[in-house]
Amino acid sequence: MTVQLEVRHLGVSFRTDDGVVPAVHDVSFEVRQGETLALVGESGSGKSVTSLAIMRLTPPPPRAAITGQVLLRGRDGAIRDLGQLPEGRMREVRGNEIGMIFQEPLTSLNPVHTIGAQIAEALAYHRSIGRRAAFVRAADLLDLVGIPEPRRRLSSYPHQLSGGMRQRVMIAIALACDPSVLIADEPTTALDVTVQAQILALLKDLQARTGMSIVFITHNLGVVAEIADRVMVMYAGRIVEQGDVVPLLTRPLMPYTMGLLRSVPRIDWSAEGRTELEMIGGRVPDPARLPAGCSFHPRCRHALAGLCETAVPELLDAGDGHLVRCRRWNDIRAGA
Amino acid sequence: MTGETQALVEVAELCKWFAQPRRSLTHRAETIRAVTDVSFAIRRGEVLGLVGESGSGKSTIGRTILRLWEPTSGTIRFDGQDITRLSRRQLKPLRRRMQLVFQDPFGSLNPRMTVEAILATPLIIHEARLSAGERRERIAGALAKVGLARHYAGRFPHEFSGGQRQRIGIARALMVEPLFLVADEPVSALDVSIQAQIVNLLLRLKDELGLTILFITHDLAVVAHSADRIAVMYLGRIVELAPTRELFGNPRHPYTEALLSAAPIPDPTLQRQRIVLTGDLPSPINPPSGCAFRTRCRYAIADCATAVPPLRPVAAGHLSACIRADLVLGAPVKP
Repeated sequence: MTVQLEVRHLGVSFRTDDGVVPAVHDVSFEVRQGETLALVGESGSGKSVTSLAIMRLTPPPPRAAITGQVLLRGRDGAIRDLGQLPEGRMREVRGNEIGMIFQEPLTSLNPVHTIGAQIAEALAYHRSIGRRAAFVRAADLLDLVGIPEPRRRLSSYPHQLSGGMRQRVMIAIALACDPSVLIADEPTTALDVTVQAQILALLKDLQARTGMSIVFITHNLGVVAEIADRVMVMYAGRIVEQGDVVPLLTRPLMPYTMGLLRSVPRIDWSAEGRTELEMIGGRVPDPARLPAGCSFHPRCRHALAGLCETAVPELLDAGDGHLVRCRRWNDIRAGA
Repeated sequence: MTGETQALVEVAELCKWFAQPRRSLTHRAETIRAVTDVSFAIRRGEVLGLVGESGSGKSTIGRTILRLWEPTSGTIRFDGQDITRLSRRQLKPLRRRMQLVFQDPFGSLNPRMTVEAILATPLIIHEARLSAGERRERIAGALAKVGLARHYAGRFPHEFSGGQRQRIGIARALMVEPLFLVADEPVSALDVSIQAQIVNLLLRLKDELGLTILFITHDLAVVAHSADRIAVMYLGRIVELAPTRELFGNPRHPYTEALLSAAPIPDPTLQRQRIVLTGDLPSPINPPSGCAFRTRCRYAIADCATAVPPLRPVAAGHLSACIRADLVLGAPVKP
């Protein structure tokens, strides 16, 4: 499969009152055509900053500095480093070659414009298309994302729609120009579970039809199991584990991933009669004051003094492309 | 239903309707039927999970049974006493027996007060006679119960993480030694690794202090590990109520079945039945006739539109409000 998007050694740091704070360290990954990569982490892990840096939506220098490369395969087949594009060319990429949807559809939509006008705006910006043709296409898009009576809905305002319907509108806008990559940042977090199931089913269906690649950012491992082909787990700004979804969720190697999986309450475990949840002690570290060595070692029950706090562990290949950032992964696997 | 002596909280035929002001002269006044005809009991020492999606009325129930909001009709009994019509003055001694833990640990703590001042407030209201030294001891004791060091008392809320703030919110609820806690989405705003800490803390406190808890959440999985029984709400009514394992292993209402099938499980190898509901939640201003879920139910028949189905026993301790007793519904994972 062709690689649609490749990120090489991405680093992002912010200038704050406390000095320069690195938020993302040396993140590399690729997303192939038609594939969904889930980017998993808790607040402060750097997952959203990674997606914003790909789109060059972080604050301009010197408030934020981006290093590394973001390589996108364009419609013409040429590979470009988005970091090197002038801002005018970057605007042609955003919303056109890369679509984006966010967590809160209410704040992402303009309350004083109709749904139809907002979809048509995206089309008019990137395509030479007349007003009438743009509205016809907008109605087709609303139909595509499963909104009933699409032609009537064109004249609705965001507040007249439910949360799930608004997120469908956001998806319609993101897909208006047939992007090859869709970045979805917590798109179902604000929604109810039954609506979340609708939106996940919709995204999978649209991907099957269009062959787009999806970068799906979430904190919810259950959602990862539903939608992802491959997974990248982030902690304190670094990738700590990366691999195909089945081995990563069923045989995790990094103690942080293991701990997260054990602390998620599950309806199927309740049926088996388990009651006590396991938990990870402590809290996510402040990015300005990361612990020495492995950032996770103060919360890790496998941490060894004299080893884990000495140096940041390398991201190692444990076989079959399953990457893990832990000095002790082999001991832990052997001991388990 | 449980025996009279066992129930700490008993709610009968509770309704809470909100009048919407007329939007203009040509509009009719509308009524939002947030909660309609809800009856249930919470046993002493029990954790009852109250689960529903946004707009189902679950938070309205929590606030109405604490008498923070006035019920439209129905009765609320607490510890054997009918509290439905008690005055503010009559309620005050009862208030310390029932406390609320909020969802948002950022919005529910006054940013200009120290932790000590936040925790002292309930004591000043309910136990004004305590000396300053006794008060400090009680505050230190409450902080210890929730796993926070004594020296945190002098700090302000912004100095704490979300999980620590939620611990402070729980400590505040415990200051007046309540019997009953309403925990309204207590972990929804927290990171995954912190949620388990708070759920486990609530369960430990329940055992240590003999608390009874109404655990309100939109996430079935959160109460899977903590609730003894679960009530599922849809559009202002309880549609199913059963012991947790029974509900998960043998759901009897089609809405519960859909909720269970939509609950994400972090195991991509599980073979699961998928039910994706169509359409949106109907409006509580103008709910559908008969069973409110029928507009999205794949098992609906013509009779579902005629009358509101009563919540009735389908097995020991298991109530369901579906007229189709013949249905065989799927459990997410066979127990």
